[in-house]
Amino acid sequence: MNRAWLGWIVLAVGMTGACSRRATGPAEAQPKAFGAALVLVSGDKQAAGVGSLLDQPVVVQANDEKGTAVAGALVKFAGAGGVTFDPDHGLTGSDGQFSTNVSLGGVHGRYQIVATTRDSAGRKAEIRVDEIALGYQETLGKQVSDIHCVRCHDSESTPERVSNHDNLSAQAHAFTDGATPNAMSDADLAAIISHGGAALGKSAEMPPYGNTLTKPEIDALIGLLRALADPPYRPQGIFYAGK
Amino acid sequence: MSLPQRVRSAWRYLFGDAASAFGTLSAVLLIVLAIVPAKDYFREWLGYQKQYLRLIRGRGDATSLSRRFQGGLQQIWMPDLGVVDRCTTCHTALKEASLVDIKTEPFRPHPAIPHRLTEFGCVICHRGQGAATTVEEAHSSTKSWEEPILPARYLEASCGQCHLDRPMGTPRLNQGRDALAQYGCVRCHTIKSPDGVIMTGSDAPPPLLHIAEKTTREWIAAWLKNPQSYAGSATMPNFQLADDETRDISAFLIAQSTSYPSHQGPEPAPAASQDAAALQAGTSLYGESFCSSCHAMQNAAGMLVGGNLGPELTRAGSKVKTGWLAEWLRDPKTYDPDTRMPRYRLDARQVGLLIGFLSSKSDSDFLGTTQLAAATAAQIEHGKTLVIERGCANCHAINGVKKPENFAPELTLVGSRPLEKILFAPGVPHTLADYIGAKIRQPRSFGNALKMPQYTLAPQQIGALETALLAQTQLAQTLPVSLRIPGRASSNYRPAGKAGQLIDDMRCFSCHKINGYGGGMAPELTWEGSSVQRAWLVSFLKNPNTLRPALIRRMPKFDVTDAEANILTDYIMTVYQTPAFDQETTDASRFTAADAEHGKELFYGKYACQSCHIIDPKKDRGYIGPTLTQVGARLTASWISHWLKNAQSLRPGTSEPVWNMSDEDARAVTAFLVAQKNAPRKEVAQR
Repeated sequence: MNRAWLGWIVLAVGMTGACSRRATGPAEAQPKAFGAALVLVSGDKQAAGVGSLLDQPVVVQANDEKGTAVAGALVKFAGAGGVTFDPDHGLTGSDGQFSTNVSLGGVHGRYQIVATTRDSAGRKAEIRVDEIALGYQETLGKQVSDIHCVRCHDSESTPERVSNHDNLSAQAHAFTDGATPNAMSDADLAAIISHGGAALGKSAEMPPYGNTLTKPEIDALIGLLRALADPPYRPQGIFYAGK
Repeated sequence: MSLPQRVRSAWRYLFGDAASAFGTLSAVLLIVLAIVPAKDYFREWLGYQKQYLRLIRGRGDATSLSRRFQGGLQQIWMPDLGVVDRCTTCHTALKEASLVDIKTEPFRPHPAIPHRLTEFGCVICHRGQGAATTVEEAHSSTKSWEEPILPARYLEASCGQCHLDRPMGTPRLNQGRDALAQYGCVRCHTIKSPDGVIMTGSDAPPPLLHIAEKTTREWIAAWLKNPQSYAGSATMPNFQLADDETRDISAFLIAQSTSYPSHQGPEPAPAASQDAAALQAGTSLYGESFCSSCHAMQNAAGMLVGGNLGPELTRAGSKVKTGWLAEWLRDPKTYDPDTRMPRYRLDARQVGLLIGFLSSKSDSDFLGTTQLAAATAAQIEHGKTLVIERGCANCHAINGVKKPENFAPELTLVGSRPLEKILFAPGVPHTLADYIGAKIRQPRSFGNALKMPQYTLAPQQIGALETALLAQTQLAQTLPVSLRIPGRASSNYRPAGKAGQLIDDMRCFSCHKINGYGGGMAPELTWEGSSVQRAWLVSFLKNPNTLRPALIRRMPKFDVTDAEANILTDYIMTVYQTPAFDQETTDASRFTAADAEHGKELFYGKYACQSCHIIDPKKDRGYIGPTLTQVGARLTASWISHWLKNAQSLRPGTSEPVWNMSDEDARAVTAFLVAQKNAPRKEVAQR
């Protein structure tokens, strides 16, 4: 009788073991060193289409209390809204840096990703990095901007596209500079794009594009400006009389 | 106890006497009856609708939101599109722009798109099962319904079902379609657009008919082993061949090669000049000839600099034979009649300098010390078998090997391939997009016997290719033809006569587009005759000078003769005229000094043209548009005037905005620009 029970128990345990699917993910790396703070090296405020991979990796660096880079510290990345990381955790390299490729979620707008590390006492140090996912409208705006706007509004030159920014007497605002456009309404922005700078008492060096661009294209440009703005643009929304 | 007795006692044991049995049964019946309304009450979508009503209750515009809310199952039905969408049952707020702060599904308002929900529904773009009424069935693939939602990063694929043009808002789709043509995917796989047009390659794989004249067997073998180790930008994929395979294929390619009717000019092929001064001169000539407009080279920092119309030349010295290079530089067409490379009219000294420069661009590491023993007949035969097996003739012309037909699976409907018919490699998630991505990323992971070669692509390029392939759906074929936005029809325009021969000889179409035919690197010339003045054009053809200082791609100098320049100019001035100026021509002789003065004010003031153009090199700094210091000697008054009013109508896609200038303003600015003729050109055309 006892032996029979033992047999059943062995069988049950064996079945459970065989049927349960163990998570066979890579074992989490053990930190070899500990950092007290994380700093961003590069890769913040990138803009890419919804759901897609950012052009540049996000690179963070782990530092100790004195601010020197720590190699072998464990860094973990996390983000809400469907952000994925490749890889999402790992040890910092000999330069104290850890780099990950980030794909954004399927909804357009801003994404905040968080990189964390723990010091030897287990205290958490983290850094937050903003990235921007462009929806259809903003993507269209980016295409329009690449043709008509960036040569003056972006002061960076590339071999393929030399910037005209410094040749102007008025300094064209970078599209990432939110301070000025955030204070302007959509209607004002549409007016300055359509009728040129002179129409709003600004420099005539900004030409009117009202006969060149269609209304959806102008709306798309405004959408792009709103998406890229830093500090972020907060729409005023609709106000109704309260009860 | 007999059986009936047992049943009876069991009955009594369970239900007691008849009265209580009746009561129990009634209760059971009541419960059973309650299940149906309860199931109805707890339906998933009803929960979402209640959640939505709770969500809007506290908002300022709750009244209007709730007025627009429609409860119950919602459905968009469009029989001609095959759309039955019930998505709006849960996605209640798609049209509510005021809910812009709501970021959680299913209540997020739909972001701005150029189409209306009521015209197309949801699944045409997002896929998934529109008729389903549970979250899982609508979005995931289940046993009976296997079309899942299309992940957001591939959404542009759905635009491609109707849009065969290049919509500006779908850069990823456009990039993917370009890549299908550029990387030669379409040379093995047949891909038909929904309008039935078969996609064609835009790459220019060289013919291998006379390959032995051009390069060595050792180079061919090393290239076949890994094309990217010779040139990082090479579009030829890696066929992952074994050493004996590259040995035999190179043996066959050399064996099949024939000689070609080379130019054999009066002078013998110049020897490469290798001394330092000659190398310096060769480097300068390479630069002055604007070879880098089409060919790239790695600079000292390892950055690739130059165009991609021709092959990368970083290690050209390790590849080509100098005798062949001399012939090629004299007239590329004798070796490859379809080449995009123009015939430069280089003299023997110049050819020698360029050969010296290009020979110095060698890399001893690439070939190493490989020495191939003389090929045996069996190796050559094996090489031919391999060439046929691997489908080399899909891209390259090879003597004795015909271009195979239907070499690889047709991909016209790959975006609708049923999952049940797909064999997934281990570790690949079971979705169509993942399958396509895995196939492009690592074709051989699906089996070593597969023929598809390994490409070297960036993740962005793979994403673009996936998007373009996911656009190849069954739906695209069945949607009403009226919805289709056709792509630009390919043009077979070729100019005739002596001018046509010259245009062909200089391969103008490699860079310029005329009447819908040609490349996009340089300005379109369809109406060039209306645009420029005769004397300027003659001198420009003889010595093209820089019009746009900020451009790095420049027109090379072809050393055309006076007679050739005149033939071309006459043709362009006569044929490439726009009909738009017939009604309204501008006569420059009637401008007054006051007109020009007023024009100057407008130029610098109202229109601020100096932002992009330079009239006075001391003062003006804008360099987006062409320099206008001599525009009065270059352009016609009619062209300037029309350009100022609507440049996009003359040259669609130009950076010049449409100014829509009034007649008076256009007249004044034209008068000012026509007067800009300073520094008269030295080489005035002689007829």
